[in-house]
Amino acid sequence: MPETADQLQPLIEVEGLHAYYGEAHVLHGVGLKICKGEVVTLLGRNGAGKTTTLKSIMGMIGQRRGAIRFRGVETIAMKCNRIARLGIAFCPEERGIFSSLTVEENLYLPPVIAEGGLTIDELYDLFPNLSERRHTRQGTRLSGGEQQMLAIARILRSGARVLLLDEPTEGLAPVIVEQIGKVIEQLKNRGFTVLLVEQNFHFASRLADRNYVMEDGRIVEMVDRSELEEKEALLQEYLGV
Amino acid sequence: MIFDLPLSYLGLQLLIGLQNGAFYALLSLGLAVIFGMLNVINFAHGAQYMMGAFLTWMLLDWVGVSYWWSLLLVPLALGAFGILIERALLRWLYDLDHLYGLLLTFGLVLIIEGVFVESFGASGLPYNKPDLLAGAQRIPLGALTGNEKDVMMMPVYRLWIIGVSLAICLATWFGIEKTRLGSYLRAATENPMLVRAFGINVPVMIMLTYAFGTALAGFTGVLAAGLQAVTPHMGANLIIVVFAVVVIGGMGSIMGSVLTGFALGLVEAFVRIAYPEASNIVIFVIMIVVLLVRPAGLFGREA
Ligand SMILES: Nc1ncnc2c1ncn2[C@@H]1O[C@H](COP(=O)(O)OP(=O)(O)OP(=O)(O)O)[C@@H](O)[C@H]1O
Ligand SMILES: [Mg+2]
Repeated sequence: MPETADQLQPLIEVEGLHAYYGEAHVLHGVGLKICKGEVVTLLGRNGAGKTTTLKSIMGMIGQRRGAIRFRGVETIAMKCNRIARLGIAFCPEERGIFSSLTVEENLYLPPVIAEGGLTIDELYDLFPNLSERRHTRQGTRLSGGEQQMLAIARILRSGARVLLLDEPTEGLAPVIVEQIGKVIEQLKNRGFTVLLVEQNFHFASRLADRNYVMEDGRIVEMVDRSELEEKEALLQEYLGV
Repeated sequence: MIFDLPLSYLGLQLLIGLQNGAFYALLSLGLAVIFGMLNVINFAHGAQYMMGAFLTWMLLDWVGVSYWWSLLLVPLALGAFGILIERALLRWLYDLDHLYGLLLTFGLVLIIEGVFVESFGASGLPYNKPDLLAGAQRIPLGALTGNEKDVMMMPVYRLWIIGVSLAICLATWFGIEKTRLGSYLRAATENPMLVRAFGINVPVMIMLTYAFGTALAGFTGVLAAGLQAVTPHMGANLIIVVFAVVVIGGMGSIMGSVLTGFALGLVEAFVRIAYPEASNIVIFVIMIVVLLVRPAGLFGREA
């Protein structure tokens, strides 16, 4: 991979991130870096704080402190809709398909915030099922796999170049997991930067340049792609697989 | 002849029923739109409707601004008033129970009505509607009754209210159900935080939704000014019925509140023909039945 100035400077830099839900202190000084064009995973058991980390980066958690820099710009005090406009998009764990919107309306919901998003034809190439079901009256009538594809597809249209994907394979059949894996590979080839939360370690490690492991609201380990084999046992222990 | 009543009388009663229904539809539409986005039961809706009527009267009486300009200016003014209320008061309540919004807007009613009673007294002020909308339209009934002399006199102003209300209701429905902006609104009703995470400024949308709802109430007030005396309590009397309409229709659906509004206006008219003594309570009786049988309302989504 050619070294450019962009790659030396991290695209997202999180330092000393704390987050709270009311009284509950959930993140305790999370730190991580993601460089341009990387696929980075965030692994960890249930309740480790993975979703909270993504939502904090996105500005969806009201009570957060520390530093979150995007392209060098501090976003910790920004409102969620402004952070989105910087070019970060979020695909939630529960998929967030809207039942009062048709499939097509769901797809067109995120406004285009920058050039360089996928066109609708490219999206339908990537997700042929969606093309067939585009006129379905309620987005939530789609199968779980189709809803997941819709949730990913809609954020690819917006022109955001950084994607935060929260457990996109959770509860899906192996063929669909396979399909989503291929999509993420293609996105990487197109130069998207991806922060991927996963519990499915085998799925994640195949795609990832680097893996962060979270436990109890802290990052406890960073495993590079090249170290996967030597640290496999350690990872198994952290993830309890 | 039905019930031994002349057709012209029946026709007029039905027209009046539809026209009342138009008011129910416009006001419950505003309530439904506001509730959907803000999670607030806007008790001040009737007071805002009354303000619309007064503003129409003031514009003509004090500065000579015509009815037609009022149709545009009054909703704008009420919309601005709505923005003020939303920014200053309502936005602090969104995370709390419905009850707080209801209590706050109820308090607003007391203040607003108090100010108007203090300033204008409780008796009615007359408003001269434009000549174009005055008088009645002669509709020959000969073809129906066989008697060439049978005619029905339809008050033009009531026809106007029905027509313009239908147009506004349909436009609102279209805007919410069929446009891009409407899809933002529907989505934000379901999951506002996620819609924000797509870069949409939901707080501003919420503010404008409240402004739109109060503008609708103001617009209905302009229509009312041409129909009846303008009094500080005109809203309080009407809004109780409108709340019953909303309960019957259910808060969930735009089309539902419009259809329920018009339908209940007609039901009231039928009851007024068949058994006039019950016409003032029939809507409340229906409300009780609906609450027992289908608590979410006819068009509401079951929780
Ligand atoms: N809305 C909330 N209110 C209070 N506590 C919460 C809330 N959401 C999450 N938590 C708590 O915060 C902690 C971290 O939750 P989070 O959802 O970030 O974990 P996660 O790593 O994404 O877990 P999972 O793998 O189950 O999705 C958990 O202990 C959870 O119980
Ligand atoms: Mg999670």
